[in-house]
Amino acid sequence: MRLWMLIVVAIILSVISLFIGAIDIKPTDLLDWNSQETEIFLISRLPRLLAIILAGAGMSIAGLIMQSLSRNKFVSPTTAGTLDAARLGILISVLLFSNAAYMQKVIFSFAFAFLGTILFMQILDRIKFKDAIFVPLIGIMYGNILSSITTFFAYEGDLIQNINSWLMGSFTLVISGRYELLYISVPAIILAYLYANKFTVAGMGEDFAKNLGLSYRAVLNIGLSLVAVISTTVVLTVGIIPFLGLIVPNIVSLYMGDNLRKTIPHTILLGVVFLLICDIIGRVVVYPYEIPVNVTVAVIGSVLFLILLFRGRAYAK
Amino acid sequence: MRSNVMKLLVLAVIAVICILLYGFYDIKGGFDYAFPRRMMRVGAMVVTGFAIAYSTVVFQTITHNRILTPSVMGLDSMYEVVQTLIFFFAGSASIWVVNQYLNFTAAIVAMIVFALLLYRTLFRADKFPIYLLLLIGMIIGTFLGSFVTFLQVLIDPIEYLSLQSKLFASFTKIKVELLYISFAILFVAFAYGYKLISQLDVASLGRENAINLGVDYDRLVMKGLILSAVLIATATALVGPITFLGLIVANLAYQFFATYRHSVLIAGAGLISVIALVGGQFLVEHIFEMKTTLSVIINFIGGIYFIYLLLKESRAAG
Repeated sequence: MRLWMLIVVAIILSVISLFIGAIDIKPTDLLDWNSQETEIFLISRLPRLLAIILAGAGMSIAGLIMQSLSRNKFVSPTTAGTLDAARLGILISVLLFSNAAYMQKVIFSFAFAFLGTILFMQILDRIKFKDAIFVPLIGIMYGNILSSITTFFAYEGDLIQNINSWLMGSFTLVISGRYELLYISVPAIILAYLYANKFTVAGMGEDFAKNLGLSYRAVLNIGLSLVAVISTTVVLTVGIIPFLGLIVPNIVSLYMGDNLRKTIPHTILLGVVFLLICDIIGRVVVYPYEIPVNVTVAVIGSVLFLILLFRGRAYAK
Repeated sequence: MRSNVMKLLVLAVIAVICILLYGFYDIKGGFDYAFPRRMMRVGAMVVTGFAIAYSTVVFQTITHNRILTPSVMGLDSMYEVVQTLIFFFAGSASIWVVNQYLNFTAAIVAMIVFALLLYRTLFRADKFPIYLLLLIGMIIGTFLGSFVTFLQVLIDPIEYLSLQSKLFASFTKIKVELLYISFAILFVAFAYGYKLISQLDVASLGRENAINLGVDYDRLVMKGLILSAVLIATATALVGPITFLGLIVANLAYQFFATYRHSVLIAGAGLISVIALVGGQFLVEHIFEMKTTLSVIINFIGGIYFIYLLLKESRAAG
């Protein structure tokens, strides 16, 4: 697949996404700057598209970073507890400060996502048997434990419903003024691109990386902070989008190989395309109502993951 | 052997203490009201506990591993799928929901069909390594779970409320009639499994050895799978999904008894799960004062134990 083909598809889907919705907006309506349609377009449709693009690109890159750092194809924010840790962080901030300000949530959620992922990497270090299948298994269980802690405290604080709304990844509530946090992932993505080669080297293991003159700990910490930043912004603005960081980098690596510098643009675009498709499906199936995007992503994503597992056993090693 | 009998006796005594504690603790005033109801819950917990333990041990012997359980392989989620489909297509006023027996039977039959299909594709000729099977099972669970959510979004909100009450594990809302049916099913399963148990002892030696010793191995596997599917379906349909219970109690039983005799293992695992359920429910009701649910606690402990088991197994394998 060529890069320009992905770009064309992404643009076509973006246009479709802009013009789907309960209110029919025609491109000609936008010529009139003061019309109601233009206002809806600017306040709701455009921010939604931007949010999808940022979230899709960010989550795919986060997955790619984690996979090259751990040198395991099936490690991602979904399968390493990062998203669950971010959610636990939000809950703690809400419980500690009865009216948690936005920045407090951001900071707590970031800290938990970062520490949670580091803890998982520590567990990985202890495992001698680093099977491609075994590692995500541990990661999923680890995420389950974190989320049962969340459920436990949420049950006590009568916050189950709030939690479920963080669990629901959905672009329905994205309007201008409520999604700008996502822009933080833009510098994160650029940094990821600049550090791409170092992540690859760090993935070869601590001794090897040090031999090549790389400050292993520093690179590892930078990589995991980027993952934590991206995950936090996405969880706080959109909710949990499962599988994206797992599926997209794997598909790209199937046809592009593992040179990060080359695969990053493809990963970003494919992530955007994938998320756009899922969102459009969710908006069309029960039109004019919507199905939350995390549901469509999970249904499609889990099937794709199963296919990867079945056909990719040789490849994953 | 004698020490194992002693251990079983000890477990039985602890189980009875738990049951008595649960039955009589803090029972003010209306004894006639509270006691029968508490005993009803205890009955449900005993049935569920034994069904889950029995089904897990049989399943693990047949599949030659100690990590996979029927629940982890996605059967729990299948229960949610069946109930949601019924509500989605027939509605909460239909005979499929109103008639308890019909609902119960439909859920059990669908789960058995799903289980057999799943096992036939996955366990054919030991093609897949165990961790892959486990991951596949979990992802199938995720898929079914999100498929259910997908349908639930489309369901009328009022219908959804009555669906929701069917989907959470609860010992407080048990239907008496279903309890009797479950008892009957469990009884039949035990009677049927009585002959199976000695064959299972031989089966744990491996396929070739078992066949050499005159066991019709493939038929035994089929029988065992059906038996475990029926039992787990009964337990889930009675109280809702409790994913990790089977895993915990079966592995505790292996450690505690250090034997291959399935009569001892099943009885032991059953008693342990009764203790876990009744004791846990007692803690939830009187210590946590209903501020949490039993399934949250079991999933938390179960998750940690599961990681411990995985790490231990991987060390043995690596």
